[in-house]
Amino acid sequence: MALDLEVNGKRVSVDADAATPLLWVLRDDLKLTGTKFGCGAAQCGACTVHVDGEAVRSCVLPIAAAVGRKVTTIEGLSSAVGKALSQAWIEEDVPQCGWCQTGQIMSAAVLVAEKATPSDADIDACMSGNVCRCATYVRIRRAIHSAAAIAKGGGR
Amino acid sequence: MKLAMKQAAWVRWCASGAAVLAVVVVAVQCNATTKWAGADARSAEARVAWQTVYKVLQHPRCVNCHPAGDAPLQGDDSHVHAQNVQRGADGNGLFAMKCAACHQKSNLAGAHLPPGAPNWRLPRADEPLVFEGRTSSELCRQLRDPKHNGKRTPAQLLEHMANDPLVGWGWHPGVGRERVSIPRDELVRAMKAWIDGGCDCPD
Repeated sequence: MALDLEVNGKRVSVDADAATPLLWVLRDDLKLTGTKFGCGAAQCGACTVHVDGEAVRSCVLPIAAAVGRKVTTIEGLSSAVGKALSQAWIEEDVPQCGWCQTGQIMSAAVLVAEKATPSDADIDACMSGNVCRCATYVRIRRAIHSAAAIAKGGGR
Repeated sequence: MKLAMKQAAWVRWCASGAAVLAVVVVAVQCNATTKWAGADARSAEARVAWQTVYKVLQHPRCVNCHPAGDAPLQGDDSHVHAQNVQRGADGNGLFAMKCAACHQKSNLAGAHLPPGAPNWRLPRADEPLVFEGRTSSELCRQLRDPKHNGKRTPAQLLEHMANDPLVGWGWHPGVGRERVSIPRDELVRAMKAWIDGGCDCPD
Protein backbone atom coordinates (compact mmCIF):
# COMPACT_ATOMS: atom_id res chain seq x y z
CA MET A 1 0.00 0.00 0.00
CA ALA A 2 1.15 3.56 -0.69
CA LEU A 3 2.20 5.51 2.38
CA ASP A 4 3.18 9.18 2.50
CA LEU A 5 6.03 10.15 4.78
CA GLU A 6 8.17 13.17 5.56
CA VAL A 7 11.79 12.13 5.82
CA ASN A 8 14.57 14.66 6.37
CA GLY A 9 12.24 17.46 5.34
CA LYS A 10 11.16 15.84 2.06
CA ARG A 11 7.78 14.33 1.23
CA VAL A 12 8.13 10.79 -0.02
CA SER A 13 5.71 8.06 -0.95
CA VAL A 14 6.59 4.42 -0.44
CA ASP A 15 4.82 1.22 -1.34
CA ALA A 16 5.06 -0.98 1.74
CA ASP A 17 3.03 -3.11 4.09
CA ALA A 18 1.83 -1.03 7.04
CA ALA A 19 3.64 -3.31 9.48
CA THR A 20 7.03 -2.98 7.80
CA PRO A 21 9.58 -1.57 10.24
CA LEU A 22 10.59 2.00 9.44
CA LEU A 23 14.23 0.87 9.27
CA TRP A 24 13.67 -1.24 6.16
CA VAL A 25 11.77 1.51 4.39
CA LEU A 26 14.63 3.92 5.13
CA ARG A 27 17.36 1.56 4.02
CA ASP A 28 15.76 -0.46 1.22
CA ASP A 29 13.23 1.93 -0.29
CA LEU A 30 14.77 5.33 0.38
CA LYS A 31 18.41 4.17 0.32
CA LEU A 32 19.21 6.07 3.50
CA THR A 33 21.74 3.53 4.68
CA GLY A 34 23.29 5.62 7.43
CA THR A 35 20.80 4.05 9.85
CA LYS A 36 22.01 0.56 10.75
CA PHE A 37 20.39 -2.75 11.58
CA GLY A 38 21.80 -4.15 14.81
CA CYS A 39 19.50 -6.51 16.67
CA GLY A 40 16.02 -5.99 15.24
CA ALA A 41 14.58 -6.08 18.76
CA ALA A 42 15.08 -2.56 20.13
CA GLN A 43 17.91 -3.84 22.27
CA CYS A 44 21.01 -2.17 20.85
CA GLY A 45 20.12 1.31 19.57
CA ALA A 46 21.98 1.11 16.23
CA CYS A 47 18.77 1.90 14.32
CA THR A 48 17.87 5.04 16.31
CA VAL A 49 16.26 7.84 14.30
CA HIS A 50 14.05 10.76 15.30
CA VAL A 51 10.29 10.91 14.84
CA ASP A 52 8.89 14.34 15.65
CA GLY A 53 12.17 15.09 17.40
CA GLU A 54 12.08 12.07 19.71
CA ALA A 55 14.43 9.10 19.49
CA VAL A 56 12.81 5.88 18.30
CA ARG A 57 14.14 2.44 17.43
CA SER A 58 13.30 2.23 13.76
CA CYS A 59 13.70 -1.55 13.72
CA VAL A 60 10.47 -1.94 15.72
CA LEU A 61 8.43 1.05 14.58
CA PRO A 62 5.77 0.00 12.03
CA ILE A 63 5.90 2.33 9.06
CA ALA A 64 2.20 3.11 9.50
CA ALA A 65 3.06 4.74 12.84
CA ALA A 66 5.38 7.19 11.08
CA VAL A 67 2.81 8.47 8.59
CA GLY A 68 2.09 12.16 9.11
CA ARG A 69 5.12 12.59 11.37
CA LYS A 70 8.56 14.06 10.76
CA VAL A 71 11.27 11.44 10.42
CA THR A 72 14.90 12.50 10.73
CA THR A 73 17.81 10.20 10.02
CA ILE A 74 21.54 10.79 10.45
CA GLU A 75 21.61 12.10 6.86
CA GLY A 76 19.18 14.87 7.82
CA LEU A 77 20.54 15.81 11.24
CA SER A 78 21.38 19.38 10.28
CA SER A 79 20.41 21.27 13.43
CA ALA A 80 22.97 23.29 15.38
CA VAL A 81 23.14 20.44 17.88
CA GLY A 82 23.62 17.95 15.05
CA LYS A 83 26.49 19.96 13.62
CA ALA A 84 28.08 20.32 17.06
CA LEU A 85 27.87 16.56 17.57
CA SER A 86 29.38 15.91 14.16
CA GLN A 87 32.29 18.27 14.91
CA ALA A 88 32.86 16.79 18.37
CA TRP A 89 32.67 13.20 17.06
CA ILE A 90 35.37 13.99 14.49
CA GLU A 91 37.57 15.92 16.92
CA GLU A 92 37.38 13.18 19.54
CA ASP A 93 37.87 10.53 16.86
CA VAL A 94 35.05 8.56 18.46
CA PRO A 95 34.23 5.71 16.03
CA GLN A 96 36.17 2.50 15.80
CA CYS A 97 34.23 0.11 13.57
CA GLY A 98 31.49 2.75 13.33
CA TRP A 99 28.45 0.49 13.09
CA CYS A 100 26.66 1.85 16.13
CA GLN A 101 27.77 5.44 15.79
CA THR A 102 24.85 6.90 13.87
CA GLY A 103 22.50 5.55 16.52
CA GLN A 104 24.78 6.94 19.23
CA ILE A 105 24.71 10.40 17.64
CA MET A 106 20.92 10.37 17.15
CA SER A 107 20.43 9.55 20.83
CA ALA A 108 22.99 12.13 21.91
CA ALA A 109 21.21 14.76 19.79
CA VAL A 110 18.04 14.35 21.85
CA LEU A 111 20.02 14.71 25.06
CA VAL A 112 21.89 17.87 24.07
CA ALA A 113 18.72 19.41 22.61
CA GLU A 114 16.87 18.83 25.91
CA LYS A 115 19.74 19.57 28.29
CA ALA A 116 22.30 22.18 27.27
CA THR A 117 24.84 21.03 29.84
CA PRO A 118 24.31 17.31 30.42
CA SER A 119 25.92 15.69 33.46
CA ASP A 120 27.54 12.28 33.40
CA ALA A 121 24.36 10.94 35.00
CA ASP A 122 22.27 12.47 32.21
CA ILE A 123 24.56 10.83 29.65
CA ASP A 124 24.17 7.50 31.44
CA ALA A 125 20.39 7.89 31.46
CA CYS A 126 20.26 8.77 27.77
CA MET A 127 22.92 6.54 26.26
CA SER A 128 22.63 3.25 28.17
CA GLY A 129 20.39 1.84 25.44
CA ASN A 130 23.04 2.35 22.74
CA VAL A 131 25.49 -0.52 22.73
CA CYS A 132 28.98 -0.26 21.23
CA ARG A 133 30.83 -3.50 20.63
CA CYS A 134 34.12 -1.59 20.29
CA ALA A 135 33.50 -0.03 23.71
CA THR A 136 34.02 3.56 22.61
CA TYR A 137 31.96 4.73 25.57
CA VAL A 138 34.66 6.92 27.10
CA ARG A 139 35.10 8.84 23.85
CA ILE A 140 31.34 9.06 23.35
CA ARG A 141 30.97 10.65 26.78
CA ARG A 142 33.78 13.09 26.07
CA ALA A 143 32.31 13.99 22.68
CA ILE A 144 28.86 14.68 24.17
CA HIS A 145 30.33 17.08 26.73
CA SER A 146 32.33 18.70 23.96
CA ALA A 147 29.33 18.96 21.61
CA ALA A 148 27.25 20.56 24.34
CA ALA A 149 29.94 23.22 24.80
CA ILE A 150 30.16 23.79 21.04
CA ALA A 151 26.37 24.06 20.73
CA LYS A 152 26.33 26.69 23.45
CA GLY A 153 28.90 28.67 21.51
CA GLY A 154 31.61 28.15 24.07
CA GLY A 155 33.81 25.88 22.02
CA ARG A 156 35.60 23.08 23.80
CA MET B 1 -6.71 53.22 75.54
CA LYS B 2 -8.48 53.25 72.21
CA LEU B 3 -5.42 51.67 70.64
CA ALA B 4 -5.39 48.91 73.25
CA MET B 5 -9.08 48.17 72.61
CA LYS B 6 -8.47 48.08 68.87
CA GLN B 7 -5.56 45.66 69.39
CA ALA B 8 -7.69 43.42 71.61
CA ALA B 9 -10.48 43.42 69.01
CA TRP B 10 -7.95 42.53 66.31
CA VAL B 11 -6.60 39.64 68.36
CA ARG B 12 -10.17 38.34 68.98
CA TRP B 13 -10.97 38.65 65.24
CA CYS B 14 -7.82 36.80 64.26
CA ALA B 15 -8.51 34.07 66.80
CA SER B 16 -12.07 33.59 65.58
CA GLY B 17 -10.85 33.60 61.98
CA ALA B 18 -8.31 30.90 62.75
CA ALA B 19 -11.02 28.86 64.44
CA VAL B 20 -13.29 29.15 61.40
CA LEU B 21 -10.41 28.15 59.13
CA ALA B 22 -9.68 25.12 61.30
CA VAL B 23 -13.34 24.03 61.13
CA VAL B 24 -13.36 24.39 57.34
CA VAL B 25 -10.18 22.33 56.97
CA VAL B 26 -11.53 19.60 59.25
CA ALA B 27 -14.84 19.64 57.37
CA VAL B 28 -13.08 19.15 54.00
CA GLN B 29 -11.02 16.30 55.41
CA CYS B 30 -14.11 14.79 57.03
CA ASN B 31 -16.03 15.04 53.78
CA ALA B 32 -13.23 13.29 51.98
CA THR B 33 -13.32 10.54 54.57
CA THR B 34 -17.08 10.35 54.59
CA LYS B 35 -17.11 9.89 50.82
CA TRP B 36 -15.08 6.77 51.27
CA ALA B 37 -16.88 5.50 54.32
CA GLY B 38 -19.51 2.87 53.67
CA ALA B 39 -22.12 1.04 55.65
CA ASP B 40 -20.62 -1.11 58.38
CA ALA B 41 -22.70 -4.09 57.33
CA ARG B 42 -20.93 -4.24 53.99
CA SER B 43 -17.41 -3.67 55.22
CA ALA B 44 -16.70 -7.37 55.66
CA GLU B 45 -17.75 -7.96 52.07
CA ALA B 46 -15.52 -5.09 51.00
CA ARG B 47 -12.53 -6.62 52.76
CA VAL B 48 -13.04 -9.93 51.00
CA ALA B 49 -13.36 -8.13 47.67
CA TRP B 50 -10.20 -6.16 48.40
CA GLN B 51 -8.18 -9.38 48.64
CA THR B 52 -9.04 -10.10 44.99
CA VAL B 53 -8.07 -6.56 43.99
CA TYR B 54 -4.82 -6.81 45.95
CA LYS B 55 -3.93 -10.12 44.31
CA VAL B 56 -4.30 -8.52 40.87
CA LEU B 57 -2.36 -5.39 41.79
CA GLN B 58 0.54 -7.49 43.07
CA HIS B 59 0.83 -9.36 39.76
CA PRO B 60 4.04 -8.58 37.84
CA ARG B 61 1.97 -7.10 34.98
CA CYS B 62 0.79 -4.41 37.40
CA VAL B 63 3.77 -4.10 39.76
CA ASN B 64 6.29 -3.70 36.95
CA CYS B 65 4.86 -0.29 36.08
CA HIS B 66 4.22 0.67 39.71
CA PRO B 67 7.74 0.20 41.10
CA ALA B 68 9.09 1.49 44.39
CA GLY B 69 12.10 3.04 42.68
CA ASP B 70 12.47 5.28 39.65
CA ALA B 71 13.15 2.49 37.18
CA PRO B 72 10.46 0.29 35.63
CA LEU B 73 10.60 -3.46 36.23
CA GLN B 74 10.25 -6.16 33.63
CA GLY B 75 9.60 -9.86 33.28
CA ASP B 76 7.62 -12.30 35.37
CA ASP B 77 10.36 -12.02 38.02
CA SER B 78 10.04 -8.20 38.11
CA HIS B 79 13.71 -7.47 37.59
CA VAL B 80 14.84 -3.91 37.00
CA HIS B 81 14.38 -2.85 33.37
CA ALA B 82 17.49 -3.28 31.24
CA GLN B 83 19.24 -0.32 29.61
CA ASN B 84 19.11 1.95 32.69
CA VAL B 85 15.60 3.12 31.80
CA GLN B 86 14.38 5.77 34.23
CA ARG B 87 10.98 7.18 35.10
CA GLY B 88 11.50 10.89 34.38
CA ALA B 89 9.30 13.58 35.91
CA ASP B 90 6.25 12.80 33.77
CA GLY B 91 6.69 9.02 33.84
CA ASN B 92 7.51 8.83 30.14
CA GLY B 93 11.24 8.18 30.51
CA LEU B 94 14.25 10.39 29.91
CA PHE B 95 15.92 11.88 26.82
CA ALA B 96 16.46 9.21 24.15
CA MET B 97 15.19 6.55 26.53
CA LYS B 98 11.55 7.52 26.66
CA CYS B 99 9.13 4.61 26.78
CA ALA B 100 7.81 5.33 23.29
CA ALA B 101 11.29 4.90 21.81
CA CYS B 102 10.68 1.15 21.91
CA HIS B 103 7.12 0.50 23.13
CA GLN B 104 4.44 0.87 20.48
CA LYS B 105 0.66 1.03 20.83
CA SER B 106 0.45 -2.76 20.65
CA ASN B 107 2.68 -5.77 21.29
CA LEU B 108 5.26 -6.68 18.70
CA ALA B 109 4.94 -10.26 17.49
CA GLY B 110 7.43 -12.72 18.86
CA ALA B 111 9.39 -13.40 22.00
CA HIS B 112 11.82 -10.91 23.55
CA LEU B 113 10.35 -7.97 21.65
CA PRO B 114 9.00 -4.88 23.39
CA PRO B 115 5.39 -5.17 24.54
CA GLY B 116 3.08 -2.26 23.80
CA ALA B 117 -0.20 -0.56 24.64
CA PRO B 118 -1.54 2.99 24.31
CA ASN B 119 0.14 5.48 26.68
CA TRP B 120 2.85 3.08 27.81
CA ARG B 121 4.42 4.84 30.79
CA LEU B 122 4.99 4.88 34.53
CA PRO B 123 3.11 7.07 36.99
CA ARG B 124 4.54 10.57 37.40
CA ALA B 125 7.52 11.05 39.74
CA ASP B 126 5.48 13.30 42.06
CA GLU B 127 2.68 10.70 42.21
CA PRO B 128 4.52 7.40 41.91
CA LEU B 129 1.52 5.22 42.93
CA VAL B 130 3.82 2.49 44.26
CA PHE B 131 2.48 -1.08 44.33
CA GLU B 132 5.82 -2.86 44.75
CA GLY B 133 6.41 -4.06 48.31
CA ARG B 134 3.13 -2.71 49.69
CA THR B 135 1.26 -4.92 52.14
CA SER B 136 -2.44 -5.47 51.59
CA SER B 137 -3.29 -2.91 54.25
CA GLU B 138 -0.80 -0.34 52.95
CA LEU B 139 -1.91 -0.59 49.34
CA CYS B 140 -5.59 -0.53 50.30
CA ARG B 141 -5.16 2.67 52.29
CA GLN B 142 -3.06 4.20 49.54
CA LEU B 143 -5.68 3.42 46.91
CA ARG B 144 -8.53 4.99 48.81
CA ASP B 145 -6.58 8.15 49.63
CA PRO B 146 -6.89 10.77 46.86
CA LYS B 147 -3.62 12.29 48.06
CA HIS B 148 -1.83 9.07 47.17
CA ASN B 149 -3.92 7.54 44.38
CA GLY B 150 -3.43 10.16 41.68
CA LYS B 151 -6.32 12.31 42.93
CA ARG B 152 -8.82 9.73 41.72
CA THR B 153 -12.34 9.30 42.98
CA PRO B 154 -13.61 5.75 43.52
CA ALA B 155 -15.45 6.00 40.21
CA GLN B 156 -12.24 7.03 38.44
CA LEU B 157 -10.33 4.14 40.00
CA LEU B 158 -13.01 1.75 38.78
CA GLU B 159 -12.90 3.32 35.31
CA HIS B 160 -9.10 2.99 35.20
CA MET B 161 -9.26 -0.71 36.04
CA ALA B 162 -12.25 -1.47 33.86
CA ASN B 163 -11.44 0.45 30.68
CA ASP B 164 -7.89 1.82 30.52
CA PRO B 165 -6.18 0.01 27.60
CA LEU B 166 -2.86 0.10 29.44
CA VAL B 167 -4.41 -1.80 32.35
CA GLY B 168 -6.10 -4.16 29.89
CA TRP B 169 -2.71 -5.07 28.45
CA GLY B 170 -2.17 -7.12 31.64
CA TRP B 171 -4.54 -9.72 30.20
CA HIS B 172 -2.93 -9.61 26.73
CA PRO B 173 0.78 -9.26 27.49
CA GLY B 174 2.12 -11.07 24.43
CA VAL B 175 4.53 -13.94 24.04
CA GLY B 176 6.69 -14.89 27.01
CA ARG B 177 4.81 -12.95 29.67
CA GLU B 178 2.33 -14.38 32.16
CA ARG B 179 -1.08 -12.77 31.94
CA VAL B 180 -2.91 -11.63 35.08
CA SER B 181 -4.45 -14.83 36.42
CA ILE B 182 -7.71 -13.33 37.72
CA PRO B 183 -10.02 -12.31 34.83
CA ARG B 184 -10.51 -8.59 34.34
CA ASP B 185 -14.27 -8.74 34.83
CA GLU B 186 -13.67 -10.45 38.18
CA LEU B 187 -11.33 -7.62 39.16
CA VAL B 188 -13.95 -5.07 38.18
CA ARG B 189 -16.64 -6.86 40.21
CA ALA B 190 -14.33 -7.03 43.23
CA MET B 191 -13.34 -3.38 42.85
CA LYS B 192 -16.99 -2.35 42.69
CA ALA B 193 -17.81 -4.47 45.75
CA TRP B 194 -14.90 -2.89 47.63
CA ILE B 195 -16.10 0.59 46.75
CA ASP B 196 -19.75 -0.17 47.46
CA GLY B 197 -18.72 -1.63 50.80
CA GLY B 198 -16.98 1.58 51.81
CA CYS B 199 -13.42 0.86 50.68
CA ASP B 200 -12.78 -0.85 53.97
CA CYS B 201 -9.19 -1.98 54.47
CA PRO B 202 -7.56 -4.82 56.38
CA ASP B 203 -5.67 -3.85 59.53
